[in-house]
Amino acid sequence: MSRKIYPDAASALAGITFDGMTVMSGGFGLSGIPENLIVALRDSGAKDLTVIGNNVGCDGHGMWLVLANNQIRKVLASYVGENKILEQRYMTGEIEIEFNPQGTLAERIRAGGAGIPAFYTRTGYGTKVAEGKETRQFPNPDGTLDWYVMETGLTADIALVKAWKADTEGNLVYRKTARNFNPMIATAGRITIAEVEEIVEVGELDPNQIHTPGIFVQRLIKGTNYVKHIERVTTRPRPTSQESN
Amino acid sequence: MAWTREQMAARAAKELRDGYYVNLGIGIPTLVANMIPDGMTVTLQSENGMLGMGPFPYEGEQDADLINAGKQTITELPQTSYFSSADSFGMIRGGHIQLSILGGMQVDEKGDLANWMVPGKMIKGMGGAMDLVAGVPRVVVVMDHREKGGDPKFLKACTLPLTGKGVVDLLITDLAVFEIDRRGGGVKLTELADGVTLDELRACTGAAFTVAL
Repeated sequence: MSRKIYPDAASALAGITFDGMTVMSGGFGLSGIPENLIVALRDSGAKDLTVIGNNVGCDGHGMWLVLANNQIRKVLASYVGENKILEQRYMTGEIEIEFNPQGTLAERIRAGGAGIPAFYTRTGYGTKVAEGKETRQFPNPDGTLDWYVMETGLTADIALVKAWKADTEGNLVYRKTARNFNPMIATAGRITIAEVEEIVEVGELDPNQIHTPGIFVQRLIKGTNYVKHIERVTTRPRPTSQESN
Repeated sequence: MAWTREQMAARAAKELRDGYYVNLGIGIPTLVANMIPDGMTVTLQSENGMLGMGPFPYEGEQDADLINAGKQTITELPQTSYFSSADSFGMIRGGHIQLSILGGMQVDEKGDLANWMVPGKMIKGMGGAMDLVAGVPRVVVVMDHREKGGDPKFLKACTLPLTGKGVVDLLITDLAVFEIDRRGGGVKLTELADGVTLDELRACTGAAFTVAL
């Protein structure tokens, strides 16, 4: 048995959660979220969490479970719609939300994981997002100057990611748009825990096709009972046999 | 008579060029995906990490691992690629996406855009809108010309919190099309919906503009 593999999500989180910790969690909407680890985080009972991710689940799903269990104090996200409990607790001041432009959030996490304390971006200049932050000008290739905002890198005590497949060394492969924030989040955790749909032996994944190298993954579980709820099932009618001819 | 949503989207589709990589926002801009002229190759980017967005899947073939930025199920094409959110916004911020078509709440004559929050109301967040307007070289906004109560949305200066400062190049409303010089060179009215008079337009527009019909 690989030293990284744990029997389930609860054992992978045992002994490393604490009140006031910062947790990052992958996913875009409900696509590519670590379903099993989120349930285990809820069951851990750790409170006053700062949660970093693109979203905070939506009614009844994903990180909403942790939110509904009164464990979250602060959120860093780019979009928090379709989440009534979060809406209520934000309006009453029980939860603080720091809104980040989606690309800035992705880059802050990437930077944090890559040992870069801060960077400058044009995104958000002249808006509320830039208030209180250092700004400065940099030249464009044509010599004109543009204003940029300094943003800082982000890291977390625990990073939770969802991939499609892993080998026993923790090398990860994601599937389609379920990749999203997971690769950066995997790099930014003091302890990164990955859950996957299938764990294979080393050598079975093509080394050319690894998305996240195993160095970033400290703990690994095979997830079970995936719901993979779709927020907006959108389809088109099948062509009739005449049309398809 | 005011243009319909479909007519506004069709006008926005005229901004597409062969070979463009394009990001479409939610709402009317999404309709542009169905209006790419025959013979033109346009690649649609989805900010959650996909280039080459295909149509909606047939019923029963939807895949929870394959959604667009509006969380709708979609399909892939032979040329599709997938990547992380950091790479996605690298494309956007780095100027590699040629055109972004977005919705708006307010636009002003300096090209400022507000489309993410109304003070006192629940804020859902800006998502990728601030990155798109900051990084994409050409930004087209498609929105109604007036609020439901009749107040103008194209203003001298936005009153709502901004998404970006000096970022809009073209504004398409249900009444008219305006070219905006985002470096402060003013606004030109270039098209007017059939049956709408200049006086009617002026009466419901807060921004100053020159007429170049």
